[in-house]
Amino acid sequence: MAAMDRRIRVLIAKPGLDGHDRGAKVVARALRDAGMEVIYTGLRQTPEMIVSAAIQEDVDAIGLSILSGAHMHYFREVKRLLEEQGASDILLFGGGIIPDEDVPKLKALGVAAVFGPGTSTQEVVDFLRRRVPERWRAQEGV
Amino acid sequence: MRKKHDWLRETYQKSLEKMPERPVAHRTLSDIAPEPLYTPEDIGVLDPEYGEKRGFPGEYPYTRGVYGSMYRSKLWTMRMFAGFGTAEQTNARFKKLLQAGQTGLSVAFDLPTLMGYDSDHPLAKGEVGKCGVAVSSLADMEILFDGINLEEVTTSMTINSPANAIWAMYLAVAKKRGYDWKRLGGTIQNDILKEFIAQKEYIFPPEPSVKLVIDTFEWGPKNVPKWNFISVSGYHIREAGSTAVQELAWTLADGFEYVEAALKRGLDIDEFAPRISFFFDVHNDFFEEIAKFRAARRIWAKEMRHRYGAKNPQSWALRTHAQTAGASLTAQQPLNNIARVAIQALAAVLGGTNSLHTDAYDEALALPTEESATIALRTQQIIAYETGVTHTIDPLAGSYYVEWLTDEMERQAMAIIGEIRRMGGVVRAIEEGYFLRELAEASYRYQQEVERKERIIVGVNAFTDEIPLKVPIQLVDPEVERVQAERLAQVRRERDSRRVAEALEGLHRAAKEGQNTMPHFVECALAYCTLGEMMDVLREVYGTYQEPAYV
Repeated sequence: MAAMDRRIRVLIAKPGLDGHDRGAKVVARALRDAGMEVIYTGLRQTPEMIVSAAIQEDVDAIGLSILSGAHMHYFREVKRLLEEQGASDILLFGGGIIPDEDVPKLKALGVAAVFGPGTSTQEVVDFLRRRVPERWRAQEGV
Repeated sequence: MRKKHDWLRETYQKSLEKMPERPVAHRTLSDIAPEPLYTPEDIGVLDPEYGEKRGFPGEYPYTRGVYGSMYRSKLWTMRMFAGFGTAEQTNARFKKLLQAGQTGLSVAFDLPTLMGYDSDHPLAKGEVGKCGVAVSSLADMEILFDGINLEEVTTSMTINSPANAIWAMYLAVAKKRGYDWKRLGGTIQNDILKEFIAQKEYIFPPEPSVKLVIDTFEWGPKNVPKWNFISVSGYHIREAGSTAVQELAWTLADGFEYVEAALKRGLDIDEFAPRISFFFDVHNDFFEEIAKFRAARRIWAKEMRHRYGAKNPQSWALRTHAQTAGASLTAQQPLNNIARVAIQALAAVLGGTNSLHTDAYDEALALPTEESATIALRTQQIIAYETGVTHTIDPLAGSYYVEWLTDEMERQAMAIIGEIRRMGGVVRAIEEGYFLRELAEASYRYQQEVERKERIIVGVNAFTDEIPLKVPIQLVDPEVERVQAERLAQVRRERDSRRVAEALEGLHRAAKEGQNTMPHFVECALAYCTLGEMMDVLREVYGTYQEPAYV
């Protein structure tokens, strides 16, 4: 299948105990409206559940929504598990209440993008449309 | 028609006997002295619906305020929501806020506590002390209120699913320190229905969850008579993306659902209803927010009196806490949030709130710093002492727009309440996914309006800056998790394990047999059972709840 015809598959996840899911749901819906296939995990997912769902659903990207301040912990865990499962090519991105100071640390972990409050959903759409086909080309060895 | 001088002579005077006017100049800067109240009489107009729709402060239908003399006598309670890290750290913040002139405490708990897990539970990892204080046993609660006089300060606690356990811990602290429960004032949020609708910090399925709430309705008035055992909360509904009308309607519908559950248990409405309190959000649409408070009071009064047959006027009066809208704050140009908070706080005051939390400008970035929290408190003090809006009660009454909007919001909210009643009530509507669908629609619509620039957010989709402004933020000490785990280990080591086992067994039996759980929670708290242990007992009896993953 040519890269351009493929539909982008994204997992949107709420890790941890926090139930504030407005952002996750708005983003999930915007991605779907932009023609992507979106799987929303629902609330209170552990990193293990998220990574296993991502692999089972064969997604191109995982988006984590975290407002509780526990972002460093969850991103680190998800990234570690992706590597352990040989799935580190799945794009990891996220958003929520994440201080600027932590963004470089997250990038250093391998988080592809961090979207703070006030981000337009179009920015997330653009990011995935730009980055996911790069992943496909890499898979096809182009 | 009732005349203003009658109200002044009766209700206002009676109110002053309980609470005299504050010893400040109730005069404008030009030295004009406003009267406590203005009505159509004062400007020579006729309003045939005046008494029935608007009435007088401190009188049915309470549109103009629940107390006779309102802010002329007593300002709203300035109650800042605070909590982070360990009990020691939060205790220090409480003392600073009290020193800065705050008049009530409000505790933010961390997510493990909200979900009924101890700080050393595997699922608590990474979350301990992050967005609130960690409280896993009476030992934490004792430190949290160390050196604070519980009979002088009222305390509000934002806790829902484990509300009975946390309240029991607070009462246990009071008991151990020799305070009289009859003199304690405060509030537990304890509104589980809005958790299923919006914030999602539920543990058990809706029915047993409501049962636990009604246990507090039954036990509270007899044992801690001045305590508000519920704060029916629209705040989280609004923050999750509802409109103001939906917030109004769903919150009141939740309130009615609790009333019906309590009546079903055979409780006397006039015994429990006076201790039901409310909590609303205040967003940017200034007049809509003011109208929302006025409509809320009127709807509650009418329904409580006529539909539910309450006879005690205190059962009709809707008392409310308000908080400025966290969701309205922007991470971009964060100092602008000070202006947003001021405008929202002013709306809450003009709406006649009884208690107020103002958000700190940095809350779209992190928990407030001490400085940002102080600015937020000062904002309330400026409104209270410098603007003159407290000279006269309900100063916007009679504004064509405000009165029309109040009527319109009442009409629309009642239509939604009717729809929920036709569905069979709030619990049924939750089970059918009604609220999830409605919220998803409303929040997505709002986001699209912002992205299409039909709604302008300064600093976000207009008037943006090239170089972002940096503000200092509060970081939570990562040591908290270790400190908490050590304290828990010590508690488990030092307590009387037989007493613990017996207390948990008592709770288990009460839950299983459908008895009131509150006396057992108190016994568990006094025995230093941990929060996780108490909630595990109930998880075993009631099971847990998982909502459908609907987008």
